[in-house]
Amino acid sequence: MAQTRRTYLVDPLVDNNPITLQVLGICSALAVTSSLQVSFVMALAVTFVTAFASMFISMLRNHIPGSIRIIVQMVIIASLVILVDQILKAYLFEISKTLSVFVGLIITNCIVMGRAEAFAMKNPPIDSFIDGVGNGLGYGLILMLVGFVRELFGSGTLFGITVLPTVNNGGWYVPNGMLLLPPSAFFIIGLIIWAFRTWKPEQVEEREFRIQEAEAH
Amino acid sequence: MPEPDDTQGFLARWKALPVDSVPKTIFVAAALCLFCSMVVAFAAVNLRPTQEANKLKDKQLNILQVAGLYEEGIDIPEAFAAFEPQVVNLETGTFTEEVDAANFDDRAAASDPGLSRPLDDDPAGIGRQSRFKTVYLLRDDAGDLDKIILPIHGYGLWSTLYGFIALESNGNDIFGLQFYEHAETPGLGAEVDNPRWKAMWPGKALRDENGELKITVAKGVPSSGMEQFHVDALAGATLTSVGVDNLVRFWMGENGFAPFLENLKAGDV
Repeated sequence: MAQTRRTYLVDPLVDNNPITLQVLGICSALAVTSSLQVSFVMALAVTFVTAFASMFISMLRNHIPGSIRIIVQMVIIASLVILVDQILKAYLFEISKTLSVFVGLIITNCIVMGRAEAFAMKNPPIDSFIDGVGNGLGYGLILMLVGFVRELFGSGTLFGITVLPTVNNGGWYVPNGMLLLPPSAFFIIGLIIWAFRTWKPEQVEEREFRIQEAEAH
Repeated sequence: MPEPDDTQGFLARWKALPVDSVPKTIFVAAALCLFCSMVVAFAAVNLRPTQEANKLKDKQLNILQVAGLYEEGIDIPEAFAAFEPQVVNLETGTFTEEVDAANFDDRAAASDPGLSRPLDDDPAGIGRQSRFKTVYLLRDDAGDLDKIILPIHGYGLWSTLYGFIALESNGNDIFGLQFYEHAETPGLGAEVDNPRWKAMWPGKALRDENGELKITVAKGVPSSGMEQFHVDALAGATLTSVGVDNLVRFWMGENGFAPFLENLKAGDV
């Protein structure tokens, strides 16, 4: 059992990463990664919500009627998200000012729903909790990688601390404005997927069809 | 299989119902909604005082910063006590006693039909405008007016920018400008927070000697004689810059604080 619980936690980091392999939660990965600090808080918030949503849904899994299953999951997730938003507003006001919009969007983050539906509905609460933490961390890992590249080359800073002094502030670095726009995260996530699959070739899917070789006439 | 007989209690019959039956489905839905709403309501009610305090502190901090009074580590509420909040009636440009300055919420008032008016000419993109605005007056040791802090807001690229503009006692020279809430693109539009950009505002003037509103945020080099009214736009953030230009001109114009500033100049308030 200890072995499997460990894999619930570790697997989603690289081997079964929610963003790079399951390709879930891309939308928020585009939106919040222009600065590392925001990425970090978003990662924490999603980890918290995924873990607890999975745990509560798993606790109720034998009492959730199939016909209203999704809506029950949504209610639990939405309540947790509101809770996170309220706590951020009360204790991390500065960050909540930039993050509030996105925190609301955790409700629609496919990872939370995906884990609830794929894992928590079939597994006991503690396992589901660990699975949620694992997937949240896997999401956070990619968020931090993308945020690192975008903030460093887009604004010349890391966690708000100047690394490359930009021209705007009297330095020499001309920041790459495109990296501050959401689409740039697509490229970076694509490169990360490529890197992961080069490292772990077993992640590459079978081709669905193969072009037949032409016969010589 | 034996028929469930009537001697069984209600609870036992309830337990025997399958999860997917209609009564249980309704029960689960109702119970869950009730429970979740209680949790959410509990959190919202209990955290509200802390949140309100944060908001107030943040606003006070920004007023102190725009007036150039903020230093690291000072006691914000104590330093803020130096300001004299007054509610201005925008149409007449005079202080009003209709509402209480201590409890007046400008932003809530903007959506209150009794306290606001719809705008036909709306360059700042705000839809409705509160008829009353809280301004903050700073007096020097002799009791003379030193600075005037006016609240301004308007639409940028993605979001409404809320901020303050600080004017010198003549009501025409800008001492500073600062936004305390916006959601512009980090690194581009959000550079409105960049100290180097904000440093371009002090020393600019709103109007020329003929009283014409001249202040503008625009790209490029100003024509000669206009340097005093020209703030360079943000690089890579054209729409945010246009938004700031519109909102500053709107709030300093006839629908904004112009009547108040004129009265102030004439010594009528």
